[in-house]
Amino acid sequence: MCLAIPGKIIAITAQLDDTFRTARVSFGGIQKEINLCMIPDAAIGDYVMVHVGVAISKVDEVEAAKIFSYLKDMGEVGELESFS
Amino acid sequence: MVKEFINEIHAITTKPWTLMEICGGQTHSLVRNGILEMLPDKITMVHGPGCPVCVTSVSIIDEAVFLSEQPDTILCSFGDMLRVPGSKKSLLEAKAAGADIRILYSPLEAVQIALNNPDKQVVFFAVGFETTAPANALSVVQADKMGLNNFSILASHVLVPPAMEAILSDKDNKIDAFLAAGHVCTIMGIGEYFPVAAKYQCPIVVTGFEPVDLLQGILMAVRQLEKGEFTVENQYARNVKREGNQMAQDTIHEVFGISDRIWRGIGNIPQSGYEVNERYKKFNARVKFNIDIPFAEENKECISGDIMKGLKKPKQCPNFGTKCRPEHPLGAPMVSSEGACAAYYQYANTDTVLA
Repeated sequence: MCLAIPGKIIAITAQLDDTFRTARVSFGGIQKEINLCMIPDAAIGDYVMVHVGVAISKVDEVEAAKIFSYLKDMGEVGELESFS
Repeated sequence: MVKEFINEIHAITTKPWTLMEICGGQTHSLVRNGILEMLPDKITMVHGPGCPVCVTSVSIIDEAVFLSEQPDTILCSFGDMLRVPGSKKSLLEAKAAGADIRILYSPLEAVQIALNNPDKQVVFFAVGFETTAPANALSVVQADKMGLNNFSILASHVLVPPAMEAILSDKDNKIDAFLAAGHVCTIMGIGEYFPVAAKYQCPIVVTGFEPVDLLQGILMAVRQLEKGEFTVENQYARNVKREGNQMAQDTIHEVFGISDRIWRGIGNIPQSGYEVNERYKKFNARVKFNIDIPFAEENKECISGDIMKGLKKPKQCPNFGTKCRPEHPLGAPMVSSEGACAAYYQYANTDTVLA
């Protein structure tokens, strides 16, 4: 449960104040509402590492694809599917 | 890449070394990908305490069960926690008996549940290492901003550096070097590991969790050991900045203070956890519900302490795979897929290595 999963920011869905933003993030097609508080400069199209609903860092597209396919093989993306 | 790293590890290893990987995700990857079999006989990998499910003490499970049984209360938790045995029952058994226990993906969903259920108390069971602390802290900040009076968290947070120190200062310690947990350092940075490496003369390599990362991390640690060096290196620089994520650290420090914490199988480690601080105490379930539960002993049949300190392997437990299985765990390392016992149980090919 400690792993972070990479996803792509599809849309900014809410901006309550300067830092409190949420986004629609796609994890290999599964979309979830994710909090962007910890990554103030994240923008639409960026890839972010997400842990329990919060983005914790940015990654590039190649790295994101590599990590995602690895986690899928390991059976670690199930936590997203069971709650989508 | 994988082959090059393996060849080089074999080429440079002249003495026996024992390395501990901290993170349960790394344990899972090492066992699942057969990396243990690729290493020289002289290198022993020991699986560390880095699975939050595994280290949560019996007493804290008892607190969560108690909260779930309060009237008009919804207890929310990550799914992995439900099967961890308490002293009398697990959360799964409490749920079967009628408690309103909900499995969530994120603590922020619990805030939403509190908003939608103003006549209920909603408690989030906030377990985790440093990686999970920003999200759990954020749930409190968010509930505070919304003015919610029916949300609180049961904090069971644990910290990596004090656990490393507890392991290194144990009189039976066998660990020569650590692979530190990549995602923990994505949040916290790597600065806090330098004093540990220097004090115990122990190499620490911040490492990712893919096979190629693990092999490179092992290589970097063995190289230091063979040269008699002991510093902090960052194998996972593509995802770990030296300073970590400042926003995340600020959020943690806004809500939490450092506290003592009892680790399942290890016991109390001073200053090794987070608790909700004074400013946010109305969101601390222990204060709000005035929890006063007697201290509960761990199940004596489970040797999780020796496993998490690296003194024994899962297969050396007399109950492994017999009385203790994932569907009926005696202790927490058999519950989570990141637990050492569950990883060994799940991937049968490790039998040959350990036989």
